[in-house]
Amino acid sequence: MRFQLTTDQIALRRGVRALLARYFDEAARRAAVEAPHLDRALWRELGAAGFFSLRVPEADGGVGLGLPEAVLVFEEAGRALLTGPLVATHLAAGVVDGATEGEVVVADVDPGGLVEWLAEADVVRGDATGAVPLKSVDPLTPLHRVPGPRARAADPVAVLLTAAEQLGTATRVCELAVQHARTRKQFGQPIGAFQAVKHLCARMLVRAETARAAVYAAAVTADPVDVAAARLLADEAAERGARDCVQVHGGMGFTWECEVQLHLKRAWVRARRGGGGAESEESLAVDLLA
Amino acid sequence: MDLAYTPEEEEFRARLREWLTKALPTLPPKPSPQDWPGRRAYDLGWQRMLYDAGYAHVHWDASPTTRLIFLEETETAGAPYVGAGFVGLLHAGPTIAAEGTPEQRERWLPPILRGEEVWCQGFSEPDAGSDLAALRTRARRDGDDYVVTGSKIWTSHAEVADWCELLVRTDPAAPKHRGISWLAMPMSSPGVLVRPLRTLAGSAEFAEVFLDEVRVPVANRVGEENDGWRVTMVTLSFERGTAFVGEVVACRRVLRSVAEEARDNGRWDDPSVRRRLGRLNADFRALWRLTQWNVSEAEASGGVPGVGASVFKLRYSHARQELYDVAAEVLGAESLDLEQSWVLERLSSLSYTIAAGTSQIQRNIVAERVLGLPKGR
Repeated sequence: MRFQLTTDQIALRRGVRALLARYFDEAARRAAVEAPHLDRALWRELGAAGFFSLRVPEADGGVGLGLPEAVLVFEEAGRALLTGPLVATHLAAGVVDGATEGEVVVADVDPGGLVEWLAEADVVRGDATGAVPLKSVDPLTPLHRVPGPRARAADPVAVLLTAAEQLGTATRVCELAVQHARTRKQFGQPIGAFQAVKHLCARMLVRAETARAAVYAAAVTADPVDVAAARLLADEAAERGARDCVQVHGGMGFTWECEVQLHLKRAWVRARRGGGGAESEESLAVDLLA
Repeated sequence: MDLAYTPEEEEFRARLREWLTKALPTLPPKPSPQDWPGRRAYDLGWQRMLYDAGYAHVHWDASPTTRLIFLEETETAGAPYVGAGFVGLLHAGPTIAAEGTPEQRERWLPPILRGEEVWCQGFSEPDAGSDLAALRTRARRDGDDYVVTGSKIWTSHAEVADWCELLVRTDPAAPKHRGISWLAMPMSSPGVLVRPLRTLAGSAEFAEVFLDEVRVPVANRVGEENDGWRVTMVTLSFERGTAFVGEVVACRRVLRSVAEEARDNGRWDDPSVRRRLGRLNADFRALWRLTQWNVSEAEASGGVPGVGASVFKLRYSHARQELYDVAAEVLGAESLDLEQSWVLERLSSLSYTIAAGTSQIQRNIVAERVLGLPKGR
């Protein structure tokens, strides 16, 4: 048993982080917030970097890596607040022409009835008939809602990659909170020297690291029950972490300017995928009687 | 990332499992919790069986992964936990192994492994809990002896212990972390008085130990005089390593039993109960993965438990309390009956966020040592 990142996996993570810092930096993110759009050039860059073809076998022109590597890449995407229907297009690679290369943007009707990026998509998987636009809470994720009962259970790979994005958010908001707590001074000392603030930050880390163990393990086993557990813990770590991060930032955290609001809103959007966590809770309960 | 065990590790697991199948039926009946001499004999007898079968020193010199497998398999098979052997095997023993002289190791380690001697821990004091370094029990040098006076508290197995790993102040003038020494004190020494303490669960699980001019040979000091704090930290970081492996396995078993009880008594039909159980299953599965992660990390770093131990303890101690709170919800009115399963465990679970570093202290540790936040004033 060696349940740690391999040297190659650490290198992959570093490479993806550098790539996203180059193509989706703070200026690009701010521009996207003010004028939401899907950057086709960025999408092709992601395609060229193997973002979508990561798990497609090498014989079929893909990168030929596995779920653990995909999870690390999506964790970085979550951390960087990368926009677009990333999970849907990744899952369409090798199935929908042009998805692998990032030439085509693929949206997916989520089992919970939401569609992200419907208007910008070239291909829509699932039946989006009657889709109604929502005024999305997340300025970086346009949403439509499809009426009617849920059609199918969530795809475990989609659930796991979403959990990986949530893990990225959970890690990032913990870092942001700690950075702020180290530098912001009140009463003559950094606010991070106060136990009340320290404990908020420590709780964020505990939730993020517990979620990390669950997400990485699910990537190794691909077991649907492990995936369900990963999802619940990653949602919790991202949503509560982002909320605590707003709290640590005080008044600044409540402003539109502050990056933290984007993490919280994205965490909320992702937590609704697959219809929310209730299905995962039920499957984990049933697992206890197995 | 790999969760598969090596062929050698799987072979170790198979051999252990086979031995447990044969060995466990030969155990005597479990003594009652109030029967201290009986508990001592039972726990030491089990350690002797482990010794004879070649498993006694798994806690000390096996790889972290082997230790994980050992704790997982013994708990799964329903084998006894270390019990009275806890301090010897998991605190005092590793400290002596790391810091003792060859003579000290030869004197104290084999009886621990063979299940012949019981150790207890004299660290905390009434005025030195989370702030352990504030301890005041005084040791004055007199020829070849220290003369020790003071009092210790929360000492488990004090009634049946042969030895106490004792922290004493040898230099009252030095800064508080620099005037402490580590002594091995025979519990039979004149001047040692043990008074049992009753817990909120009603049992006498630990005791106060009063020391009145107790003479302890200087030769019983492990490490240099006034270097006891560093010597002790070796022990405490060990405690926060793989110490909870068996308990996570046990909690996962209890959780399944609680779910079965809910199914049998109808509480399962309440979706809020089911979803609470499902969430706990997610928590304990993640805690098991976190254990595997921490063990792999320790393996890679040469056996040193990393910062993951504090993260683990924080999450685990709260999950354990939530487990027995859910059990109480499933039991309903029966959760007020001490005769029912899980009711005493619910009470005992309250100690988990206090013992071995309160959750508040653990969060300080995580915030300062992992996240790098400044120390407060």
